[in-house]
Amino acid sequence: MRGRLGDRLLHVYTWLIIAWLTAPIAVMILFGFNDKQSKSNTSWQGFTLRWYGELFADGSLTGALVNSLQIAVISTILTTVIGTLLGLALGRYRFRGKGASNFLVFAAISTPELVMGASLLSLFVSGNTPRGLLTITIAHVLFSLSFVVVTVRARVVGLDPSLEEAARDLGAGTWTTFRLVTLPAIMPAVFAGALLAFALSIDDYVVTSFVNGSTLTFPLWIIGSVKVGIPPQVNVMGTLIFGIGVAIAVGNAIASRRRT
Amino acid sequence: MRRVRAAAAPYLLALPAWIWFAIFFVVPIAAMASVSLTTGNLLEGFQQTFSVSNYAKAVGQYHTQLIRSLIYGGIATLIMLVLAYPMAYWIAFKGGRRKSMYLFLLLLPFFVSFVLRTISWGFLLADDGILFGPLKSAGLLPADFHVLATDVAVIGGLVYNFLPFMVLPIYVALERVDPRVVEAAYDLYASRLAAFRRVVLPLSLPGVFAGVLMTFVPATADPVNARILGGTGNTMIGNIIQTEYLTNNDYPTASALSFTLMAVLLVGIFVYARSLGTENVLEAAAR
Repeated sequence: MRGRLGDRLLHVYTWLIIAWLTAPIAVMILFGFNDKQSKSNTSWQGFTLRWYGELFADGSLTGALVNSLQIAVISTILTTVIGTLLGLALGRYRFRGKGASNFLVFAAISTPELVMGASLLSLFVSGNTPRGLLTITIAHVLFSLSFVVVTVRARVVGLDPSLEEAARDLGAGTWTTFRLVTLPAIMPAVFAGALLAFALSIDDYVVTSFVNGSTLTFPLWIIGSVKVGIPPQVNVMGTLIFGIGVAIAVGNAIASRRRT
Repeated sequence: MRRVRAAAAPYLLALPAWIWFAIFFVVPIAAMASVSLTTGNLLEGFQQTFSVSNYAKAVGQYHTQLIRSLIYGGIATLIMLVLAYPMAYWIAFKGGRRKSMYLFLLLLPFFVSFVLRTISWGFLLADDGILFGPLKSAGLLPADFHVLATDVAVIGGLVYNFLPFMVLPIYVALERVDPRVVEAAYDLYASRLAAFRRVVLPLSLPGVFAGVLMTFVPATADPVNARILGGTGNTMIGNIIQTEYLTNNDYPTASALSFTLMAVLLVGIFVYARSLGTENVLEAAAR
């Protein structure tokens, strides 16, 4: 009996935490509809759809969002390719430098973002590299690389080696085996890694703040305008990104449930 | 010929990532180490003097913020642990067919930018915001009541932003606990408490370790929460490092400070990792 009560309390508790975690999202969505008159967008002043109509009214904000999307797409593609290859090597082969590779992957995940950003800036300063889209993209590939490697490696380790053996027995070459057997089998992990890389890239503030020069990304633009007041367009963009992200995740979940 | 190519395969696969890690991770950390041992300034140039004076200066000048960050990070991690464990436990053992729904809800905040989430807390907690505004005008709170720009706001923000990273690894560890092991404990007349303390808790410890690892480091080094939710008295080491690098251009001091922070954090981590084996920590962290 006491057990039942405990379970019920834990159930309520879990929902309370979820409510707490999602409260700021509700606030973000709500204030995208705020008919604010003054500079600050912190008190509710009435409902309006105006900001959805004027979504791209602020050129610099739109530019920052476009930068973020560009960087995210390019760095995701690069990270996914490079990371998948290392994930394959680590999951499949024994080779010299495997231990060092695992250590590097682990070190890159556990290095504070701040230190990663600062050290990259040290490199770019000593190399006189102009900071901008290129340096931001380089940094984004670096911090998401390990996550793709770990995701793909886990899948490769779990793969049944007899599948590839069968392909080879049937006369398939190395490349054909990879293309027709290995790649489709690890594809879910590659896709998951790519999604993770994209999410990490589009969300990053700390590392980017060191290597951006004068180029602004979406998070940097937002932080920069905290003191003067966040325009409601930011909330609207946040709401739309949230909506698209959730739609993709739910769609993906439904699709994978159908497949199995 | 075939044999040679097969032997080269892992090296060819690993090469691009090695190059990337070498140029943009190993070399920069080394560059930072060397900059931290220079003296000079941006105008006259920096000389490699191998003097540790930057470290003395960095720690002497900013130990308040460094210690404050460790305390904020430590308290936030403890609160996260206390908050996360019961939730992870319930989802793992009682979530049933709705487990993935609960996990999805737990991850929902990640569909909103980190910066934007923190700013939304700023909205919620604002002195005249939707929470305190009405309470104040109803006379339920004194007019000068505020949460923003206090320790509570910053630590609360850290807990909020990193909590899912604590719940997930603990959930993964608990989910792997074989229910038959717990039943065996009951069959041997263990009370619920004893079964939890002697069986479930020890089996979940790798998850707890991973969770602490994944939350303490980013929370301690985080500059965003202190900047958005804190006041002048809540500055954390992350804010100092940003200012030293980006505003003051005092690269030697900033590098020394970054290194000190990393040393403090990494020593702790690798002691953790050693006791578990890096692969285990990574595995727990990856799921």
